[in-house]
Amino acid sequence: MKVTIKYFGLVAEAAEKSEEVLELNGELTALELKAQCLESLAIADKESVQIAVNQNLNDTITLKDGDEVALLPPFAGG
Amino acid sequence: MDKKKPKKVFVQGAIPPEKIANSVANHQSKTNIGAHSIFLGQIRADEVDGKTVTAIDYTAYEEMAEKVFHEIREAAFVKFDITCAHIYHSLGKVNVGELCLFVFTSSAHRKIAIKATNFFVEEIKAKVPVFGKEIFEDETHQWKVNG
Repeated sequence: MKVTIKYFGLVAEAAEKSEEVLELNGELTALELKAQCLESLAIADKESVQIAVNQNLNDTITLKDGDEVALLPPFAGG
Repeated sequence: MDKKKPKKVFVQGAIPPEKIANSVANHQSKTNIGAHSIFLGQIRADEVDGKTVTAIDYTAYEEMAEKVFHEIREAAFVKFDITCAHIYHSLGKVNVGELCLFVFTSSAHRKIAIKATNFFVEEIKAKVPVFGKEIFEDETHQWKVNG
């Protein structure tokens, strides 16, 4: 199954990309995918990165084909 | 009122001060309003390790941000007896001294408008996926985090 990963802010900077499509084998939760995506990246506080699946914050959900997963560093609006 | 309609929140670059005056002028025909409450966020020249911030470059997960802005609006209209509410947030580069956030609520009475504006600002800062790159005078940067 395929999921689209979107990277923002310092995560996009560390990943040197803003988006990619990943082919996943087997069941994976959003949190497991986050760990996989951030594993090789130089990010000091990985805990602070939140996950949105189809634009809703959620890290326990099991991913399905076509999902859009966003890795969101701390918010800084205003 | 058009409170249910999703509105465009993001503007490219700084929010011009004229926008505030125009927004006020646009509400003078609504004579059930007795109070406006306005919050303006301005880029501060923070100093970090001897370097000074010159601008913030804002990016956002725009689709989600628009959805969250809409949810905050809906919640505000349920919670407060406001006549209308407008939010504008910058994307892209905003220099120090310029405006990046404009929240404008109106009500029959001041206390409600003031509380509603405060609600909007706190909710926006906590829940909207906007990211800010603080750019220093030597072109280095750090990522802003809301406290």
